[in-house]
Amino acid sequence: MVEADLANGLPRCTIVGLTDRAIQEARERVRAAIENGGYKWPQRRVTINLAPAELPKEGTCFDLAIALAVLGAGDATLHLDGTAFLAELALDAVLRPVTGVLPMARCLRANGVRRLVVAEENAQEAALVEGLEVFSAPTLQACVAHLRGQRPLDRVERDGEPPAPAFEGEMAAVRGQAQAKRALEIAAAGGHNLLMTGPPGAGKTMLARAFGSLLPDLALADALEVAAIYSLRGALRERPPTTLRPPFRSPHHSVSRAGLVGGGSSTVQPGEISLAHRGVLFLDELCEFTRQHLEALRQPLEERIVTVARLRAAVSFPANFMLVGAANPCPCGHLGDERGCSCEPNRVTQYRGRLSGPIRDRIDLLVSVPRQRFDSLFAGSDEEASATVRRRVEAARERQIGRCGALNAATPGRQVMALARATSGARRLLARSGERLQLSARGFYRVLRVARTIADLAGEPQVGEEAMAEALHYRAESDA
Amino acid sequence: MSAPRTLGPDQAGWPAGLAHLERPPESLWILGAELPGVPAVAVVGSRRATFAGLDIARSIGCELAGAGVQVISGMARGIDAAAHRGALEAGGSTVAVLGCGIDICYPQQHLQLRDDISAHGCVVSEEPPGTPPWKQNFPKRNRLIAALACAVVVVEATPRSGALSTARWAADLGREVLAVPGSIRSPQSAGTNLLVRDGARPFLGMNDLFEAVGELGNLAGSGAVGAGAASSSVRWRSLAPPLQEILRRMGPDPVHPDAVGSALGLPAAVVAARLGTLELAGAVMSLPGGLVARNY
Repeated sequence: MVEADLANGLPRCTIVGLTDRAIQEARERVRAAIENGGYKWPQRRVTINLAPAELPKEGTCFDLAIALAVLGAGDATLHLDGTAFLAELALDAVLRPVTGVLPMARCLRANGVRRLVVAEENAQEAALVEGLEVFSAPTLQACVAHLRGQRPLDRVERDGEPPAPAFEGEMAAVRGQAQAKRALEIAAAGGHNLLMTGPPGAGKTMLARAFGSLLPDLALADALEVAAIYSLRGALRERPPTTLRPPFRSPHHSVSRAGLVGGGSSTVQPGEISLAHRGVLFLDELCEFTRQHLEALRQPLEERIVTVARLRAAVSFPANFMLVGAANPCPCGHLGDERGCSCEPNRVTQYRGRLSGPIRDRIDLLVSVPRQRFDSLFAGSDEEASATVRRRVEAARERQIGRCGALNAATPGRQVMALARATSGARRLLARSGERLQLSARGFYRVLRVARTIADLAGEPQVGEEAMAEALHYRAESDA
Repeated sequence: MSAPRTLGPDQAGWPAGLAHLERPPESLWILGAELPGVPAVAVVGSRRATFAGLDIARSIGCELAGAGVQVISGMARGIDAAAHRGALEAGGSTVAVLGCGIDICYPQQHLQLRDDISAHGCVVSEEPPGTPPWKQNFPKRNRLIAALACAVVVVEATPRSGALSTARWAADLGREVLAVPGSIRSPQSAGTNLLVRDGARPFLGMNDLFEAVGELGNLAGSGAVGAGAASSSVRWRSLAPPLQEILRRMGPDPVHPDAVGSALGLPAAVVAARLGTLELAGAVMSLPGGLVARNY
């Protein structure tokens, strides 16, 4: 809430309420905007209070509210009640967009505000919030005319059609790689984390991009949640707020820790893992990420939320993403390739060690992506389209949600055993694998979850031996 | 574990084979329960070996130990270590000849292996304790390996491998040299193929070794390394027919599951399930890099 008071005394202006530098500077912007907009800055003692006064505030989104509070203090015809204003002011009284409008609008609506005025650039994201009347104004003058009831602004309508998805991969564009595609389908269906290993140029990145296209559309509420995170980062230009496609993020391994998991010096911003919320985080060259980076992923992978602690407060961002990693099998990249690996054996061990510690035990499926022969790239075999696979994925997800309300990857260890409903043969198989393949307890549950997903894809109520054996084949501990 | 001791040429237990050397060592440092004795066969090869090569070395070590033959090698990474391990697995005696002092473990990772070898055989060096693994010591070490053995089997070697120097020493000393032939495209078999071209006896199975070496002649007809394919089809006979079909299509060389799938015309899901079952049965192993190979 912005309050303004005009009192007798020497003309001056004070803004109080634990403000940051940007708000103190608002004094100059607002004053110029008011005068250039054709209004008079009151020649009195102006006190502006941002309430509640005890909370620190920052940013330029209060400019418009401050200007209207000052104007409203000397003008009873301005009806400000029940309307919120989120915009920055230019010196010529034009409204400028600010970041974080969507989450703020959601919060305003939750606190009973019914009308909101924003800059035109922010109109679409604000209009996503149900039950909020959103107006966009080009200038301060248009805003004032609206509030005086002289020239009402048009209400912003939500764009009906979500925009066509930006660049997304296509399964049919990848030739061959039958096993990798199958593993991607399983991962998409059960929400599992997946690691691809293979020589450079084998198509790991293409497969990862195609993976995004296998995921079903987000529910509207989930899409809003994602858009709110993007709004905080001011990244809605990269991702239109109305899109329903799950996000796909692929940060480079040189990303900072704060950039990856969230952080920042003054304002805490969500990181890549939160931008990948309800979507895919693709880490190419996984072994090139530092150990600290990978360690930092452990907590969010487990709890699906990330907490960034700062001096004054801890901030939590949602981070419910699927991890898709790609790595070379060894430093030269040709282990298991027909070209032959030229690495010293101990260097290979060292290289794999980088991965095994922090992140291996969060990987559900491990699949190798071989280099394709040139002739097979030209072969005209019919590859399945993403849309076809996506329908199977959707059906499998529905079965999981119907059973326990969550995807298999998110079911806790205790429940998995009961939910899997493994046949006695499949259970025997898994028990045997414990001793034979040195499966850890955690690995045991992971195999069980993947097997459950495989059965869901096949539409089977029980996990049979086939599904269990297939899940064992993709287990990630084979060469740890 | 016994303490390191020295053995001089005039002492009992001095290996007779060393007399064939032009310049035999002045004394040997020995760590372990046993002494190098006869009959003994050296199994050597590259440090950087293929999985098939490692497996062959291991089975040769196993078979030799099972026949009561001592296995000699250099305790290096790769083939050497696999041969030692094979002999130990079969409960036999094995001798590691080092190029450094016997108190030094090179490579470091083989600490456990060195302890096992000294418990069931011995670790030998002509260098005094404390000598680091200097490069120039290894050719000298190779001549000891050749002299102590009555035959040398080279499993895999690049043309520049130290294993070829062992083979040369062996030929000079009149020991039988056998080489495991391999694909002409595999760099790891280039050295052994060269040996075969130059007159070494190709090693296709244990019989080749037993027939070639007089001391081992009585063992001829008992071994079965190269004939693994035949014996294993018996071993996996209890598996379901579709699983056996996959095994039949897989050679000893590692392949990618996709290759198995396209050869048999099976979808990836079925291939993965069958490979998982086979792996659990012990008939197939999955290798780093995502390939699978048959177990023999």
